[in-house]
Amino acid sequence: MASRMRNAYTAVIARGDAWQQSVQTEPYEAAWAGEAIFFIYVMEVAGGDGSAGSGSAVARIQISPDGLHWVDEGTEIKIAAKAESLSFARVTNFGGWLRLDVTVPAELAIKVVATLALKG
Amino acid sequence: MQSSYATHSDPRLSRFDPLPRVIYFDDFDQGMHGWTALVGNYEGSIDTMTRSYARHTQPMLSQITHWDSGTHGSFDGTYALKIATRAVPGERNTAIKRVTFRKASRIRVETYFAFKPEANELKLSDLDVRSVGLLFDLQDGKERVMPHLRYLNALDGQRMNKWQFKQRSTPFRAIGGRSETVTHDHLSPQDWEDIPDAGQKLCYNEIPTKINWHYLRFDFDLASMRWLGFQCNDQVFDCPGVESIKMAAMPNLSCMLNLAFFCEPDTAKRTFFYLDSVLLSGEY
Repeated sequence: MASRMRNAYTAVIARGDAWQQSVQTEPYEAAWAGEAIFFIYVMEVAGGDGSAGSGSAVARIQISPDGLHWVDEGTEIKIAAKAESLSFARVTNFGGWLRLDVTVPAELAIKVVATLALKG
Repeated sequence: MQSSYATHSDPRLSRFDPLPRVIYFDDFDQGMHGWTALVGNYEGSIDTMTRSYARHTQPMLSQITHWDSGTHGSFDGTYALKIATRAVPGERNTAIKRVTFRKASRIRVETYFAFKPEANELKLSDLDVRSVGLLFDLQDGKERVMPHLRYLNALDGQRMNKWQFKQRSTPFRAIGGRSETVTHDHLSPQDWEDIPDAGQKLCYNEIPTKINWHYLRFDFDLASMRWLGFQCNDQVFDCPGVESIKMAAMPNLSCMLNLAFFCEPDTAKRTFFYLDSVLLSGEY
């Protein structure tokens, strides 16, 4: 017997946003999904020399019981400060809410498209 | 034993009053059903997008869980479509579904909805949500027509509790250098007008984490491109003289039948607009 096809949905959680210093993405609810991948695509970089070694930002995946209080899930995404770089991380068993807590070095600003690919 | 009530044959439909043709019936316990973010137009660079549209985020499926009472759930299941604003006064968010029409008939949208501010303060918070509403974006051979309906809950801290419409948008702005794309901000804060005699108190309840579902029905005639009225819970509004935003037909939008829901916060607190289900029906 055929099994039910799973749901899948990709949410764009940053659309050309310029990330500087400390940034938290808006809370996203996805209790229905059993698995998620965060992708972060760098459109442009301001500051640094644009090379892969010129610095990197870090996005920590965070979870929440209620959308109000947040804790690190433990997975980190290293974002190369280089135009057209694409980074990702997978998470499962994340409960109801997901967001990214991003730290960008002081000398950098990165313009990104960040997506959350959900399946469940 | 077989029920003698025809509406009992499908309990999911029995709380709606659809026209003969069900165009779509989206129960968000099953998934997103094609509801997505409304992004603004752009050309060449995403930076050409009107800022208010660039700030829109993606809708989500929520089981409406709160810090104090756990999962509230939806009207008839676990999940509701959730449109969440940012915590910026007046900064709206939307969700949209895009189809086209096969007959310029009477159409009816029905939904069970609820709205609340984010429950991050231990107080009533009943004036934190500015508005919730819906709009159609339609085009026939002559015109693009955009009926807008919103429930204005509060404005600048004052209680409003009334329904409003819009018949003017901002002027078109050309985007990019190829003269192919224009934009206008039909959801801008300006130009909302009161629908005559359309005050209504809804069931906010007593703390931000208790929600009550409300019924909303909106009728429109695609043949005459005119409002036919709407109903929220026990109040029915006929809307004589209520008009829509209208403009000359645009390229590439033939038979467009887009439906969008939107919400706005009045304070620096996120507004959450929940839709249990959406049923669009037509008279054909």
